[in-house]
Amino acid sequence: MKKITKSILAGGMLALSLGFATQANEPTDAVMTIDGVTIPTHVKAPAGSPLPELFSGWVFRSTETQAMQLDDFDNPGMIFVDQAWETWSTPEGSAGKSCADCHGEPESFAGLRAVMPKWNEAAGEVYTLEDYINESRVKYMGADKWKYSGGKMAAMVALISLQSRGDIINVKTDGPAAATWEKGKEIYYTRVGQLDMSCANCHEDNYGVMIRADHLSQGQLNGFPAYRLKNAKLNTAQGRFKGCMKNIRATPYKVGGEEFRALQFYVASRGNGLPIEGPSVRN
Amino acid sequence: MAIKPRVKVPKSVAAGEYFTVKTLINHKMESGQRKDKEGNKIPRKIINLFEANFNGENVITVNVEPAVSTNPFFEFQMKIEAAGDLAFKWTDDDGSVYETSKPIAIG
Repeated sequence: MKKITKSILAGGMLALSLGFATQANEPTDAVMTIDGVTIPTHVKAPAGSPLPELFSGWVFRSTETQAMQLDDFDNPGMIFVDQAWETWSTPEGSAGKSCADCHGEPESFAGLRAVMPKWNEAAGEVYTLEDYINESRVKYMGADKWKYSGGKMAAMVALISLQSRGDIINVKTDGPAAATWEKGKEIYYTRVGQLDMSCANCHEDNYGVMIRADHLSQGQLNGFPAYRLKNAKLNTAQGRFKGCMKNIRATPYKVGGEEFRALQFYVASRGNGLPIEGPSVRN
Repeated sequence: MAIKPRVKVPKSVAAGEYFTVKTLINHKMESGQRKDKEGNKIPRKIINLFEANFNGENVITVNVEPAVSTNPFFEFQMKIEAAGDLAFKWTDDDGSVYETSKPIAIG
């Protein structure tokens, strides 16, 4: 709880010096309920986790932003889910097939998002959900790949994530996937850019603390794709990584490239134990 | 292209008490007043009628006009005395009808 005390203290000091009531978003045992599904946002970290406890990014956001996520009619991310639902049943490519032709209803993917990314035996590498979607598009539909972090991709990932809402993340990092996991871990802890910062400097050492006018989160992926009020669209995990790297004045790795995919795998595994929130709302 | 409307209806309600129903349909609502790059008129294609019926009895009917924006959202309040099905119906300019229904229990 050391870090949380720090954030409350920082908030308190600011309120004193500026006479301005900053409400430090004190992470609590808050539980969110969306359409009758109860989702814990604060859980104990599993053994071996670098974090003492896990918080969904939701607890660090303002009350108004949090409220938007509690009703699917207020969550603007759901519009993109509706669009993806249309795409789901629209045939595309030379095979004239749609997602629905092979997979039936999106509900058939219940629970999938919680174990992603995972080792793909046939491909011999760790595959993210995005990789699987593009593989399906090329191999079975004869269609063009989607842009890795583009709107259609984010919407489809959101539709599939929604089917796993509330499911506990369980990313398997052992076996053949271990090498990729190590690689992701190395990237996570390597300082880069002009500001010479690693992911861990913010999201492990200082979560809950203010960064400019905002609270740092743990950088969990359970809410991705996330609808950001900042750019009014769904954002993929790797799109966010890119933004983070620009903020620390580093040259971002390629979206969909080996580095970001390894990083996504590693960061996803840090959320083991947290429930999936489907398309979340963040600022 | 299939459209799947979203509705939010309580699973069970108290008899005679008002409750809120929310509906949203993913639709472009092309007003018919816009022109494409070549200057040709883009034909009108909107949801022109929204209806909600409870056990066959009309609850609300909305004549939708071109000024209604993309992804029309309707929210209304109603009360019921007995359990039943609330059926929703959206009618498109091209004649397509999108339907969904939700059961409501008394409890």
